[in-house]
Amino acid sequence: MMGRALLRRIAPQLVILAIVLALNLMVFPDFLKVELQHGRLFGNLIDVLNRGAPTALLCLGMTLVIATRGIDLSVGAVMAIAGATAASLVVDGHHFLTAVAGALAVGAICGIWNGILVAVLRIQPIVATLVLMVAGRGIAQLITGGTILTFLDPGLIHLGAGTIFGVPTPIVIWLALGTFVAIFVRRTALGMLIEAIGINEASSRLAGINSKVLLVCVYIVSGLGAAIAGIIVAADIQGADANNAGLWLELDAILAVVIGGNSLLGGRFSIVASLLGAMIIQSVNSLILLSGLPPEFNLIIKALLILAILVIQSPKVSHLLYILRASAPQSARKPLPPLKEGQR
Amino acid sequence: MTDTPRPVLHAKGISKFFPGTVALDNVDLTLHAGEIHALLGENGAGKSTLIKCLTGVYRRDGGEILLDGTSVDPKSTHHSQMLGIGTVYQEVNLLPNLTVAENLYLGRQPMRGPFVDRRKMNADAAVSLRGFGINVDPTQPLFSYSVAIQQVVAIARAVEMSGKVLILDEPTASLDHDEVQLLFGVIRRLKTRGLAVVFITHFLDQVFDICDSATVLRNGQVVGRRDLAETTRNDVISLMLGRQLAARVRAPAPAVGGRTLLQIESLQKTGMLDPFTLDLHEGEVVGLAGLLGSGRTETANLIFGAVKADQGRLRLRGQDIQVRNPRDAVAHGFALCPEDRKTEGIVGDLSVRDNIVLALQARQGWMRPVPRKKIDAIAQHYVRTLDIRLANLDMPIRLLSGGNQQKALLARWLATDPDVLILDEPTRGIDIGAHAEIIALIGRLQQDGMALLVASSEMEELVAYANRVVVLRDRRQVGELVGEDVTADNIVRAIAADPVSAAVA
Repeated sequence: MMGRALLRRIAPQLVILAIVLALNLMVFPDFLKVELQHGRLFGNLIDVLNRGAPTALLCLGMTLVIATRGIDLSVGAVMAIAGATAASLVVDGHHFLTAVAGALAVGAICGIWNGILVAVLRIQPIVATLVLMVAGRGIAQLITGGTILTFLDPGLIHLGAGTIFGVPTPIVIWLALGTFVAIFVRRTALGMLIEAIGINEASSRLAGINSKVLLVCVYIVSGLGAAIAGIIVAADIQGADANNAGLWLELDAILAVVIGGNSLLGGRFSIVASLLGAMIIQSVNSLILLSGLPPEFNLIIKALLILAILVIQSPKVSHLLYILRASAPQSARKPLPPLKEGQR
Repeated sequence: MTDTPRPVLHAKGISKFFPGTVALDNVDLTLHAGEIHALLGENGAGKSTLIKCLTGVYRRDGGEILLDGTSVDPKSTHHSQMLGIGTVYQEVNLLPNLTVAENLYLGRQPMRGPFVDRRKMNADAAVSLRGFGINVDPTQPLFSYSVAIQQVVAIARAVEMSGKVLILDEPTASLDHDEVQLLFGVIRRLKTRGLAVVFITHFLDQVFDICDSATVLRNGQVVGRRDLAETTRNDVISLMLGRQLAARVRAPAPAVGGRTLLQIESLQKTGMLDPFTLDLHEGEVVGLAGLLGSGRTETANLIFGAVKADQGRLRLRGQDIQVRNPRDAVAHGFALCPEDRKTEGIVGDLSVRDNIVLALQARQGWMRPVPRKKIDAIAQHYVRTLDIRLANLDMPIRLLSGGNQQKALLARWLATDPDVLILDEPTRGIDIGAHAEIIALIGRLQQDGMALLVASSEMEELVAYANRVVVLRDRRQVGELVGEDVTADNIVRAIAADPVSAAVA
């Protein structure tokens, strides 16, 4: 029963993903071909999953933050800080696991900072996280000393460029973490309490929910996700680039959440739908690359495709679709209108 | 009916329905020229709904509005202004950063060619405002003047644009004594000009000070219309709070030997509540009575920790306890059903099931989820015992009717098995059936040994279930009625009593 509810929730995202993938297939017939070379899976599909890893990791935390009626603009900058931290630690001769732990700790601290600004000082999330979005790149530059800090530590590099059983490590990481978070928030009561805060914080507080702690928690999750994404990006290029690592990626993450059908006004959320949103964005990127259009068209076309997706999902259009479906010949239908309308 | 001239405004049989409730039931309102008419009633009585129907904010579902004898149908506030009905709200809805003159003439500025004729506008504004008895510089920005002056500017604007009926919705709520007098001076001038004024306020003193007549609403119905010169305060208060129930159900005696459960000592917060002291026993229902703004809700919120008290002590079963926030209160076995169900009670988009389990889950913490089977069992149990009408447990709670939402909120708290249940206006805005059921439920819970504190503006209700009633006035405890003394008459007397005699009580 839970399964069917989930399927109904993510159906629009699945359909959109299928359409974008089909378009990919049209412009590049070998799109779905996956082959094993030198013990590593290769293919465009693998590429989409691999390149989409940072956005997917960011949108895990972003989904939870947005569910509480917040937003986290700082994740791109936190990626840069975490990448710089990990790089400088291995350059200083520490073990790569120490570097990873250090980067995660920095991500968590960034999350706590944002969380305190939002939950304790009650600063509006968009302003509160803007502080770290701006300051974060400066902090990352201080850590790297203003240069691109390169490293050769094989353990760290493996996290971005290596494989596990032939599958690129970033794919394993985001799929594993995504599955974990998606199940964790629903198996515990975390998901419901987060939704309650996002829908009506006053009621939630009066019901005895500790909204402050939960708010700080979601920003920590967001910071940790950004840290992992930052490590992967740095490991992939074997260097920490304070200026460009994760640049504008916070916007992709927010977009992924929105394409996932989650309302920016908070409330009901679906992690799986957000992850599908991240994959839709990456598939659009792939489509533009494969279509062979001049690169100067890329951003325009991406914007148009995204616009089309959002228009299809807009309340007006989905209401129209609902009317169309309702006026279609009578079939076995539930007595209640779909609850989806309320989630928008 | 009399030899009085034709009324300026005559609303006949106005009805308005909202899903699950009847907001206005066949309401009549008559206004004559040169009359200041008070519209009275507790929160939720239907005052603002009636105003909104008259000014075209809401479409009425029934009835007729006669203005100067012709039937009108205001479609928007703008339309009602054009017809001659102007409204001024409690929060001045003008633009504080524009000048006084600009506010007065916004949208109808005197023009010279394509340009605003500032000089004429300022001169006109000065003349107009002097006509209202205030002397201000119309070229100054509005925010540089007090709220009272801003109110007068808003009134001037409304009068100049409409000029037949002026509706003042709690204009004095944020004014001090002198400012009120200034405003009243303006209103009296309007009266001599022949305007019909509707005055809405919760301050009875002001009503008797300035108004000629009053219509009292309760539960969406007109319960009386009075000429204030021939009416006493007691009469008006009993109309507002109601005591028409002929067959009164007596509250059952408190469960014998009810031990002292909660001792509240000098709980207070500056500006909200003077020191409040009360002992609450097991198996006892204590009512909190008083007019709106008397401190009923504030008392409930302070005990529950929804608002942090400045001072005061709470002792539960003889032990000192700290209640700094609702979470502490829930941990100690308290529960609060707030007055404002929509903004402080329900979590609208969550399912009924989640709403019912919310407080229990919050108390357990997110790491120990209530098992799905148990959630279903709890939800189904309360749906059955409280007779909550719904299609299924997965539907969002906002789709339920008011009464059913209230029952689901009661279920939320009963699921935590509280020792102290605080209910703030448990029957406001719900249908008659659910009303009776909730009152019966209060009796059952009392018999089970729970301690209940119920704040209500419905006196007949308090008389029906309360063993004791604490009377509040002006955020102060002014009296307590016990057992046989709990009658509607006594409550009214305690509320209306002037401060000197009340000090004895």
